[in-house]
Amino acid sequence: MEPLLVFPNPPPPELAQCLDLNGWSWKAVADAEAAMAEEPDGGWAGAIVVADTDTEGAFALCRRLRKVEMPLQPLLLLVGGGQLDSLDLRDDLFDDFCLGPLRPAELQARIKHLFSRSGREVRPEMVGYGPLALNLETYQAAIDGQPLDLTYMEYELLKFLAAHPGKVFTRETLLSRVWGYDYYGGARTVDVHIRRLRAKLGEEHAGLIHTVRSVGYRFGQSRWGG
Amino acid sequence: METNETGEADRGPAHEHRSRDQRDYVLRTVEERGVRLVRLWFTDVLGRHKSVAISPAELETVLDEGLQFDGSAIDGFSRVQESDVLARPDPSTFELLPWADPAEPSGTIFCNITNLDGTSFEGDPRQVLRRNVDRARRAGFEMFCAPEVEFFYFADAGLQPTPLDRASYFDLTTSDVASDLRKQTLHMLEALSIPVEYSFHEDGPSQHEIDLQYTDALTMADSVMTLRLAVKKIAMDRGVYATFMPKPLNGVQGSGMHTHLSLFRDGKNAFHDPEAADGLSSTARSFIAGLLRHAREITAVTNQLVNSYKRINEGYEAPRYVSWARNNRSALVRVPIPKFGKIESTRIEYRALDPACNPYLAFSVLLAAGLRGIEEELPLPAEAAVNLYDLSREEQRDLGVASLPHNLNEALDEMEASELVRHALGDHIFEWFLRNKRAEWNEYQRQVTTFELETYLPNW
Repeated sequence: MEPLLVFPNPPPPELAQCLDLNGWSWKAVADAEAAMAEEPDGGWAGAIVVADTDTEGAFALCRRLRKVEMPLQPLLLLVGGGQLDSLDLRDDLFDDFCLGPLRPAELQARIKHLFSRSGREVRPEMVGYGPLALNLETYQAAIDGQPLDLTYMEYELLKFLAAHPGKVFTRETLLSRVWGYDYYGGARTVDVHIRRLRAKLGEEHAGLIHTVRSVGYRFGQSRWGG
Repeated sequence: METNETGEADRGPAHEHRSRDQRDYVLRTVEERGVRLVRLWFTDVLGRHKSVAISPAELETVLDEGLQFDGSAIDGFSRVQESDVLARPDPSTFELLPWADPAEPSGTIFCNITNLDGTSFEGDPRQVLRRNVDRARRAGFEMFCAPEVEFFYFADAGLQPTPLDRASYFDLTTSDVASDLRKQTLHMLEALSIPVEYSFHEDGPSQHEIDLQYTDALTMADSVMTLRLAVKKIAMDRGVYATFMPKPLNGVQGSGMHTHLSLFRDGKNAFHDPEAADGLSSTARSFIAGLLRHAREITAVTNQLVNSYKRINEGYEAPRYVSWARNNRSALVRVPIPKFGKIESTRIEYRALDPACNPYLAFSVLLAAGLRGIEEELPLPAEAAVNLYDLSREEQRDLGVASLPHNLNEALDEMEASELVRHALGDHIFEWFLRNKRAEWNEYQRQVTTFELETYLPNW
């Protein structure tokens, strides 16, 4: 499944968290050039453009994405309450919009709705890496075809890591992207859960999660073959 | 205002979303894995495990609305008026039970107990710990715990405890039984998300120790409850009896639950200070000082049985004096020296606890005593340099070293006068605990013991 394009880079943390929690894969870009340069082989699955801080930049990006032979869609625009006027005469630049402050449930509902209309199902159903498979629809994980018995947070952590193989994450990043605000124990909680996950993956597969010294953790092989 | 009373503080839409997703995770897993029975777990005031089983068909309603039951049958749950309470499952704790029959998978889930109007029920130990953990968080701290749980295996559940090393002449050899039990137990604990740091024999094949890897206080209290159940269950399946009774045998050291504690602030170990000559921060020093100042008051909670004091009085690995030291195992608080370069593991070890405590209440009073020390910036008394076991009463008095309470009665007197313990436990549990334990002491005082019969009957 190709990722969603998200603007700006970095996006507001609550947007990133909402997308992660719902299992969307996404990539943030800073401008139209980055959007072109980093476009995945299969094309962007859609776009979420936040216009409330850099309005100019946001609309410039929308124009580049839409005023082409194959306009990118669906495109969801997030605007502040005072910006409704700016939408006038720009109906062709977006498919739907959402008023800030952001409400995750509404955002999720709108994305789902947009994709159902455009006939594309972007919610990724499976995440796989080597012997590991996660079915995001049923919340079940398996290794070598054997079901893994995980708690909810262990599952969420494994899902996040497996969806971003080869990438190193700090404890703080994992805490904010996987746990959000709802946890006991601070950054050490990440270590605790990593240990539990390794124990449940079993000796043979515990090495799927690497400790990157004085940085954090990486799932699977490094992108640079390390 | 402490916090929103249910502990379910309004954390905004992200929190709502998370709760819904956790609930769906549980429901979906139960469906996908063909779970036939879900056990709702909670704990009475004395720290005994309680379980109510429901069918998957009831689960959705129970997750949303809780399960109503009459609390008056549970120790410490009864009240003058309303006796019905709600068990509200905490979906983050959902696990598949690893020892369930594979043909009939079972799930377990810890519950918070609330009143019918949704407010937190004052008799629920888990809520007491949540409240204390929340207090610590408001002061910027997260507490991590790592207990070392000791217990005995006996040949049966009879009143004459027979250690496995003496029961060796039948069946397997004892070392086979013990190592099989150990392997099974570790496997089960890991499957229940309870990683083990070490597991080794204490004195013989009959006494064992399992050291748990640190985690946050609430999760650890849940883990201790699960561990006790798992150890007993696995032993029972092999025809052996496991006990966490603090001192089951004369002349053999008792079972303790030495517990390592550390505080973290902003993800950093708050007990470590690179500037300090000994590496100990002022936070750590005041935390220890708080523990020492309130040690006698909290002992009834950390050592709640008449029998607990038989362990403390005998010494061995159990502390008798209110003291701290770096490398002196007779001290109440030990400060292990972290390995070179491992400053994040700076911690202290409180050595009075025994494994028959209620872990929710015990961690609550430890945290409250330590935090009070930090709030009041208490100075750390001098380190105990001598081996305290060898002290005579006079030397002890001269050094100004207080003893831990000698028996449950003395501990209850100390607790009753403690504003700190009352605040940490809340009025309901504080008062019920004192009433219940006074009754236990009085009952014990009326018993004619084997010691008396053996010592007095032949002579008088």
